[in-house]
Amino acid sequence: MAIEENLKIELGKQGVFVTTLEELYNWGRRSSIWPMQFGLACCAIEMIATTMARYDLARFGAEVFRPSPRQADLMIVSGTVTKKMAPQVVRLYNQMAEPRYVIAMGACAISGGPFKQGYNVLKGIDRYIPVDVHIPGCPPRPEALIQAFMTLQKKIDEQPLTGENRPRFLNQNAQGEFPVPEPADHDLEPPSNPGVWSAPVVIR
Amino acid sequence: MKTFEEIKTAIEAAVPGAGVEFVPNPSPSAQHSIRVAPDRAIEIARFLRDDSELAFDFCSNVTGVDWLDKEISEKVKVKRTVTKTVDGVEQSVEETADETRKRVEPGYLEAVYHLFSIAKKHGPLVIRMRTGNRTDRVELPSLTPIWRGAEFQEREVFDLYGIVFKGHPDLRRILMWEGFKDHPMRRDYVDPDDYEYEPTAHDAVLKRAQAHQAAAGK
Repeated sequence: MAIEENLKIELGKQGVFVTTLEELYNWGRRSSIWPMQFGLACCAIEMIATTMARYDLARFGAEVFRPSPRQADLMIVSGTVTKKMAPQVVRLYNQMAEPRYVIAMGACAISGGPFKQGYNVLKGIDRYIPVDVHIPGCPPRPEALIQAFMTLQKKIDEQPLTGENRPRFLNQNAQGEFPVPEPADHDLEPPSNPGVWSAPVVIR
Repeated sequence: MKTFEEIKTAIEAAVPGAGVEFVPNPSPSAQHSIRVAPDRAIEIARFLRDDSELAFDFCSNVTGVDWLDKEISEKVKVKRTVTKTVDGVEQSVEETADETRKRVEPGYLEAVYHLFSIAKKHGPLVIRMRTGNRTDRVELPSLTPIWRGAEFQEREVFDLYGIVFKGHPDLRRILMWEGFKDHPMRRDYVDPDDYEYEPTAHDAVLKRAQAHQAAAGK
């Protein structure tokens, strides 16, 4: 149950802090998103720069890069996902505990980028795992990654804890494990996960 | 560095029956190369490395080239006897005619090595080896025993072109996964049909995308 915004401000002036459980819960979740420590290509350099003093990702509570998927909340797919690497990325995502989020960073991670027609490049990691925020750029600047963080925080903040749009980890029936593609004779099998991705309609 | 003629003479003196052939490069780079017979390649390579004047101690690059089957049509003058009626009498007359003949030059794969000498500060010397064809006679001797640095690059050539290097210590695919069946850098390689979403397609990609849409529409 949301509180009227003006009333909340008025009460705040009187020294009374009012909130809802949902707001408090989401505030806690969004303020300590721990990313997983792995980089795939040159975008990872920008990701590292984002965590350093000049851009200081610690302001968002996300300075703790975890070297284990079990302790991470966020997967930053930073770089080209080759078809040889894609099964491992999906497997790492499966190993992460809920709640988990994905930022696809850079042209390669969102679509294959300049290597899209390459023989060993996946045309976007969103073919296999659900992506929350896409950032274009080659590579995106640290500001763009911070923008993606803020977008993700906003998204978490707006998630209701009950009802249809509740987060996946509060939904008993939600899909927990995503099928890992198998390397086959000529391509990955399946070439995409139809439960996650279908070809968008191109409007001309 | 010695001239190509001198190198060729030196190799042939050291390795009898080396079958060294000069391959000129007509482009402005003028990076000519020499082609060696695969069955003597190890000895030639050892000579190039160990010879005190040449001393090619560093193999900087190994790559492959895929040459497809080439159809060559050439015009040939042919003499033939024709029966003609001249002044009411049948005669055999010889005449020359142009005829276009087509022949297919079989394709092959090529391994190209770029050699430098750190000791003598010269190079590059480009040497090439050809396989018998593109399908079943694709074996070449590995030069990894001579230049250790060729190991990964020969693996890459094996992976992408399908040249099998005999005598290589660890010939596995290096970029593609095990169990992958194709050789992606071959010119007749067709990549998987995953053209379902091409928002800014043009040229070859546009054709593939349209073909995919047509196949999906059926």
